[in-house]
Amino acid sequence: MRQRKIGEVILDVRNISLSFGGVKALQGISFDVREHEVRAIIGPNGAGKSSMLNCINGVYHPQEGEIVFRGEVRRDMDTHHAAESGIGRTFQNLALFKGMSVLDNIMTGRNLRMKTGILAQALHLGPARAEELREREFVEHVIDFLEIQAYRKTPVGRLPYGLQKRVDLGRALAAQPQVLLLDEPMAGMNLEEKQDMCRFVLDINDEFGTTIVLIEHDMGVVMDISDRVVVLDYGKKIGDGTPDEVRNDPEVIKAYLGVSH
Amino acid sequence: MFYRENGQFKSSYREDQQILGIRQDRWFIFGLIAFAFLVVPFVASDYMFRAILIPFLIVSLAAIGLNLLVGYCGQISLGHAAFMAIGAYAAYNLVVRFPQLNFLLVLVLAGLIAAGVGILFGLPSLQIKGLYLGVATLAAQFFIDWVFARVKWFTNYSPSGSVSTAPIELFGYKFDSPVERYVLVLAVVIVFALMAKNLVRGHIGRSWMAMRDMDVAAEVIGIRPMYAKLSAFAVSAFYAGVAGALWGFVHLGSWEPAAFSINFSLNLLFMIIIGGMGSILGSFIGAAFIVLLPITLNQVLPPLGALVGMNFGTAMASHLEFMIFGALIIFFLIVEPLGIARLWAIGKEKLRLWPFPH
Repeated sequence: MRQRKIGEVILDVRNISLSFGGVKALQGISFDVREHEVRAIIGPNGAGKSSMLNCINGVYHPQEGEIVFRGEVRRDMDTHHAAESGIGRTFQNLALFKGMSVLDNIMTGRNLRMKTGILAQALHLGPARAEELREREFVEHVIDFLEIQAYRKTPVGRLPYGLQKRVDLGRALAAQPQVLLLDEPMAGMNLEEKQDMCRFVLDINDEFGTTIVLIEHDMGVVMDISDRVVVLDYGKKIGDGTPDEVRNDPEVIKAYLGVSH
Repeated sequence: MFYRENGQFKSSYREDQQILGIRQDRWFIFGLIAFAFLVVPFVASDYMFRAILIPFLIVSLAAIGLNLLVGYCGQISLGHAAFMAIGAYAAYNLVVRFPQLNFLLVLVLAGLIAAGVGILFGLPSLQIKGLYLGVATLAAQFFIDWVFARVKWFTNYSPSGSVSTAPIELFGYKFDSPVERYVLVLAVVIVFALMAKNLVRGHIGRSWMAMRDMDVAAEVIGIRPMYAKLSAFAVSAFYAGVAGALWGFVHLGSWEPAAFSINFSLNLLFMIIIGGMGSILGSFIGAAFIVLLPITLNQVLPPLGALVGMNFGTAMASHLEFMIFGALIIFFLIVEPLGIARLWAIGKEKLRLWPFPH
C-alpha cells in the first residue's frame, strides 16, 4: 500500500455558483481538498466538472461563493495568480502549443520562474544563459520522469495522442504545482496507456506530494486511485465521500453509476 | 552523406542549446557571412549594392520584425511600414535637432520611439484578435501616414513635405559609397538577426509562441497575455523602426511619406508568408524573393518574349511582372503554406538521410 500522510485542507471551495446567461452551470457547490490526497470529481456529461476546475484556476469567474487556497480567501481567482500560487492544470481537449517541440512546451511550464529581461535575452548575457540552463535541467527531470526522452525535439503535433497527454502533464508538472488539476487525463486512451497514466498520477502524488484533483469517467480508475470523490449532476453536488461510500450512495447510482442488472 | 551529425556528441545542455547545432550548418553560415563581408564588397557592382543588396538587407530586418509579431506571437499587423516611417522620421528629427549624436545611438533611439508607438497600437490586441486586429493596425498605417503628411514639425517645415539626409558619419568616418553603406547595413542586420534568434529561443520567445498556439493554456500556466503581446508589439516595432531609419538614411537618402505606404506593409507581409512564418531564416528568404523577383522578371521577360517572337514594351513587361508575381504567391500559398523556410527544413532532413530513403 501507498504510504502518504494526508494533511490539512489545502483547497476549500465554498458555495460556488456559476451561470452563463440562463444556464446554471454550478449551483452552490462546496467541497474541500486535503493536502496530498487524490480527489476525484465525477458526474455525467454537462454536470459542471470542467467548469468547476475552471473556477478553481480562474478561467471562469463564479458569480457567488469563494475559494480558499492555502488559507487565502479569494472571491474569484485570476489565472496568473492561480498559477503563481501553485495551481497547475491539464486540459480535457489537448491544449498543447502545437508549433513547439516537446522540450519547449515543457520549458514553457517554467516561464513563471524565468525573470531575465528582453535585453539580457536578446544579447544572451550570462544571467539569461544561466537561467535557461538551470530551468532546462529541471525540465529534463520532468522528461525523465515521464519517459519521453526520445521525443524531446519532436514537434508535439507529430506525437500520438497518448504521448501528447503526457506532454500536457509534463508542462503542468514543470511549474511544480502544489495542487494539480487533471481534466480527464485518461480520456480516449487504451488500457495500457491508462495504466501508464495512473502510474504517473500516483507517482506524482507519492514522490512530489502533489495534491491531485481529477476529473475522470473511467469508474475503475476513479475508485482505484482516489481517496475521496465528489459527484456532480446538473451543476449540483449529489455525493461526496470515499469511493466505497459514493459507490453505495443510492442517489449517485440513480444519477450516474446505474444499476447492474 | 556529407550532412549529418554522426559523431557530434553533445555533453552539456549548453551545447545542445546552440543556435546551429550541427557542425556543417555552422560552417555554412560562417562561410556565408565571411563571403558577404570579404568577397561581395570586391566583386559586386554599384548597381548591385544600390538596387539589390542594400534594399534586401534592410527589408530583411523589417521582415524579421514583422515575423516576430505575426509568425511568433500570432498577432497580425497590416501597418508595419508605418512603424518603419516612425523610425525614419524619428531618426531624421534626432539628426536634425541633435547633430552631435552618434548614428548608432540615433538608430537605437529611433527604434525605441517606434517601439513606444508600437505598444500604443498594440493595445487593441488585448481585446481583439485575428482579422479585427488586422483592421485596427490598418488604422495605425493610415493615421501615421496622415501625421507625417500633415504635421509639418516632423518634416522640419520642408516646403515639399519630403526630407533629405546627409551621408552617415560614424566615429569620424563617412559612409558615402555604396560599398561602405552595404557593409554598415550588413553589420547592423547580422547583429539584429542574432538578437532576434536569441529572443525567440528564450523564455520570452516561448511566451510569444504559447500565446500564438493556445492562449488559454498559456494564461493557465502563468503567462500574462498583456505582457506577452505588448512586448511582441514593442520588439517588432523596434525592428521596424531601425529598418525604417536605415531605409531612409542609407537606401533612399531623401523621401516623402508615400515611401512607407500600405503597399510596403503588404509587401512585408508577403515576405514572411512566402519566406516562412515563425522563422528568422524565412524572413531573409522572403525578403530576397520579393526584392529579387521583380528585378529578375524585368531582366528575363524581354529576351524570353523575343524568343517566341513577341516584343514586350516596358508597359507590357511591368504588367506581366505583376501577374507572374501574383501567380507565384498563390502557388506558394497552396503548395507550401509554411513558406520556403519549411521547404529548406524538409530538404535538410532529407539530406541527413541521403542516399537512403529513411
